Amino acid sequence: MTIPADLKFTRDHEWVKVEGNIGTVGITDFAQSELGDIVFVDLKKTLTEIKKGEVFGTVEAVKTVADLYAPISGKIIEFNTNLESAAEVVNKDPYGEGWMIKIEIANPAELDELLDANSYKELIGA
Amino acid sequence: MKYTKLNSIHKKLNAKLVEFAGFQMPVYYTSIVEEHLSVRNGVGVFDVSHMGEIFISGKDALNFVQKVTINDASKLKSGKAQYSAMCYENGGIVDDLLVYLFEQEFMLVVNASNKDKDLKWLLQNKFGDVFIDDKSDDYTLIAVQGPKSAETLKNLVEIDINNLKYYSFEITKVGGVDAIVSRTGYTGELGYEIYLTGDEATAEKVWNAIFEEGKKFDIKACGLGARDNLRLEMAYCLYGNDINENTNPLEAGLEWITKLDKEGFIGKDALMKIKQAGIKRKLLGFELIEKGIPRHGNEIFYDSIKIGFVTSGTLSPFLNKPIGLGYFNVNFIDESKLFEIDNRGKRLKAKLTKTPFVQK
Repeated sequence: MTIPADLKFTRDHEWVKVEGNIGTVGITDFAQSELGDIVFVDLKKTLTEIKKGEVFGTVEAVKTVADLYAPISGKIIEFNTNLESAAEVVNKDPYGEGWMIKIEIANPAELDELLDANSYKELIGA
Repeated sequence: MKYTKLNSIHKKLNAKLVEFAGFQMPVYYTSIVEEHLSVRNGVGVFDVSHMGEIFISGKDALNFVQKVTINDASKLKSGKAQYSAMCYENGGIVDDLLVYLFEQEFMLVVNASNKDKDLKWLLQNKFGDVFIDDKSDDYTLIAVQGPKSAETLKNLVEIDINNLKYYSFEITKVGGVDAIVSRTGYTGELGYEIYLTGDEATAEKVWNAIFEEGKKFDIKACGLGARDNLRLEMAYCLYGNDINENTNPLEAGLEWITKLDKEGFIGKDALMKIKQAGIKRKLLGFELIEKGIPRHGNEIFYDSIKIGFVTSGTLSPFLNKPIGLGYFNVNFIDESKLFEIDNRGKRLKAKLTKTPFVQK
């Protein structure tokens, strides 16, 4: 189970990569493995702003469906539209090509509320 | 939690394990889709040892099986199996099952999730000279399924595997181990189910021998996820999803196993009445004509009228389109009209389609 040390994590198994004032968001390796084969990623492309904890889309796997929760608040500046035709990328490369949205971080203090790699590792019992 | 005798193999293979019907079972090893396609195109192997094996013997065994099941067990010859179901007095389904006949003795292969309930039901309805013996814990059940299944087993069994007909079985050896080899399955493919007793080492020996022989066909271990999708592509009912105590075999498309001309079986009177009055809803196959996956419990609408509900749904790995089964109010069954599936508040357009979804 990969848990990159430079990322922040939510208890709902999303990750955030912070670069300057931009946070890139996706779901963790643990999440993709729990879901199994992912067949659709349905991002709410009408959203422009999002608050921490709000749903920004759903991910459908063969066996189940899960909501995607924003780990931080801010303006959504990009959706990974590649996932519309290649949802399986989330299984193959959850921390890379499988990213989902980019958020302009509105409140950097929210980042401190997220888990670091060690705490996330503990959460999933890895 | 119960463990099958192949549990350490699943762990070694790094299977994703879940609790199912009280057993720790693999949902998938690598990917549901990959495993699914290995069964459609080559050969895949399932540990389905969680299934229940209940033996019925005694002078009145046949009469008893006739009373508790809806298919006609008197038509069975030794060495044959039959798909059947047990019903309550009101016609609701207790379980669906396979009935095997060994000379004078029957083996009922029942759903793991229903085994205890079934056993209770059997004991409750027992009469005369009948012995009911639950041997579920003794049996390992390995399903070898796919177009390459016969070739995989050919050299492992002491019979001519190609002579074994659909729904027939033989007592033989598999990889040197005593076993019942039955040409049955839940995938729609050519396939075999192997029943054996013995300890973990015996079960592993057979499993490993199958994988050794199947190597050249790129044989894969398959989990319950693939099993569920394979059966759904064939529109086979799954108890708990498509059938349960509140559904009857006539509306579930199981009229072909409901032998209403058979004397005095449990549920017969109710089923006769239902048939005379006409069924009110019917289990049918449908496909979405847009992106999404129908899920168990989704409601089905025609305009604003609720006309049914989804019992099973998936993205068919073989057809690569969303398919499902659901009960439809018979007054609204119309192949030419679109209807909508309410999936978490989103209305998905769908149409009725022929089953099996995958033609074999």
